[in-house]
Amino acid sequence: MNFELLLFSPGAYLAPAVDWLNANFHPFFDAVSKAVESVLVAFESALLYPPAYVVITVAVLAAAYFTTVRVALVVLVSLGFCLLAGLWTACMQTVALVVVAVFVSVLIAFPLGVLASRHKRLEAGLRPILDVMQTVPPWVYLIPAVMVFSLGRVPATIATIVYGIPPMLRLTTLAFNQVPKPLVEMGQAIGAPTRSILFKIEIPSAMPTLIVGLNQCILLSLAMVVLAGLVGGGGLGAEVTRGLTRMEMGLGLRAGLSIVAVAILLDRVSKGALQSRRRRLG
Amino acid sequence: MEKKINDNDVLLDCRNVWKIFGARAPAAVKAVSERGLSKKQVLQDFDCVVGVADASLQLRRGEIFCVMGLSGSGKSTLVRLFNRLIEPSLGTITVKGREISALKPAELREMRANTIGMVFQSVALLPYRTVLENAAFGLEVRGIAREQRNEIALAALGKVGLSDWTARYPSELSGGMQQRVGLARALAADPEIILMDEPFSALDPLIRRQLQDEFRQLTKSLGKSSVFITHDLDEAIRIGDRIAIMKDGVIVQVGTAEEIVTRPADDYVADFVAGISRIHLVKAHSVMKPVAEFRAAHPNCDVDALLRTTPDADIGELIDLTMQSDRDAVAVVHDGKVVGVVTARGLLRGVAGSPAEARAAA
Repeated sequence: MNFELLLFSPGAYLAPAVDWLNANFHPFFDAVSKAVESVLVAFESALLYPPAYVVITVAVLAAAYFTTVRVALVVLVSLGFCLLAGLWTACMQTVALVVVAVFVSVLIAFPLGVLASRHKRLEAGLRPILDVMQTVPPWVYLIPAVMVFSLGRVPATIATIVYGIPPMLRLTTLAFNQVPKPLVEMGQAIGAPTRSILFKIEIPSAMPTLIVGLNQCILLSLAMVVLAGLVGGGGLGAEVTRGLTRMEMGLGLRAGLSIVAVAILLDRVSKGALQSRRRRLG
Repeated sequence: MEKKINDNDVLLDCRNVWKIFGARAPAAVKAVSERGLSKKQVLQDFDCVVGVADASLQLRRGEIFCVMGLSGSGKSTLVRLFNRLIEPSLGTITVKGREISALKPAELREMRANTIGMVFQSVALLPYRTVLENAAFGLEVRGIAREQRNEIALAALGKVGLSDWTARYPSELSGGMQQRVGLARALAADPEIILMDEPFSALDPLIRRQLQDEFRQLTKSLGKSSVFITHDLDEAIRIGDRIAIMKDGVIVQVGTAEEIVTRPADDYVADFVAGISRIHLVKAHSVMKPVAEFRAAHPNCDVDALLRTTPDADIGELIDLTMQSDRDAVAVVHDGKVVGVVTARGLLRGVAGSPAEARAAA
């Protein structure tokens, strides 16, 4: 028996599939590409057009007003670090990319996660897919993304979106499974419409776990953004790559610490915003 | 004794209702309706659990109807059938003349919001909302403006004695106070029927008793009707105008506390009521002797000279009267006519209960 016959290469089937998609759905991918690109550009220029100190001031004031003074302080320190490290432009590009990617990830993962908690079959069907998505090394995502969308920020964003979906989806399902059943029953018994039960009982009860999901989504997206530097995603990823390829310890370290600063910034701000919303509701 | 019941007075009518749980429930339901299988057969043949079997009861206007049963007797399932949190497998449930299984989703929500309130054992308060916001929650989801719903909720909280706690969060309240908020939330919607699912079971005995009395008083003064689920016979007797005893999904007996204590339908109920004090339950009409029989036994005793009381006087009152009297008997008077005599022997029998009495009644 010939062992060679048993060798299995999914890529042999997938690559033609991607090629076929590329050939037949080019206008669609082109439109997606343009849409992503324009949103990114708009967001980036909004962050980069005004002088850095204006952006920092506005961000700190907004954080102080909408969340807490502590969060505002974190915003000041992290953005200040990015500016002083001399990587302001790269940082803002990364912030724009991550915010857009996380936003889209949540937009996809949240409703799917809610559906999965309601329909056990969907949950069972999604689980292996999520397992694969989380275990496959993120580099691999970049290959089809680049094949379809070519180099640049768009494949970086798409790959980041895909990578951010599993943690958010899993934790959304968990969060909704953990909503106390008596509360939902109470909602039904007082004649609340499904929409009210979702928004006034389930989401607030699920919020602590949802925040953890969002936090994971942001952190994994940031990790992906660095890899995306390889395919021309720009931002801090590009700086890290440059530091590595040129063996510039200083640049690599500054870029790396800036990523930490951006991570802390995004995490604290999103958490603060969601928690203050809870407080206002409650 | 039983008055003729006008149809308008029946708020909730539950007829021959079954609830069968399990993978093969539809087949089991078919078998029950066509062949009249027993619960045991359903479990054997279909591997389905019968939660409620052939239950019928009527809630009358202004009445507190207690359903008493141990855990697993199906009482919580039964009460959830009344507002269709659980769909019945068989049988009909009519609320104010409308069959609830025929209601569309919007109509059902409307009925739950306006006609049938519910209070839960777990209280089910939203932890991230204040007491006031919790009490107003039912009105909020119906889209009533903030000012108006807060005003109504405040009034409801006043009725349960929590006016000073409106800005607190549920975690700051004791268990008894939390359950008052649950009651206020139900009252705020001003429903005619309040379903109480073991609301006081988790509370300590003193608080429980206090809430039982308050609940009964409040329900009566507001003219509400209630189905009250409990696993505690004392609670059922204290609160209920009528009591249904449930066992393994079957309603074994329905009656007033006195009827259940003096004439238990079977050994199970008899066992249950054995420890209950009969002093305030058994009334003169069930321990009195016919006048003729008394005259025959005591020819020298003048019935008209005896102290008098009504048929509804309980044994406690009868004992007091007997102690005041120089004779060992009290005359029972109804509509100005002596209808019977309660002797000291009769009183002792009434306090102890007798096996013969139960057999005679059945």
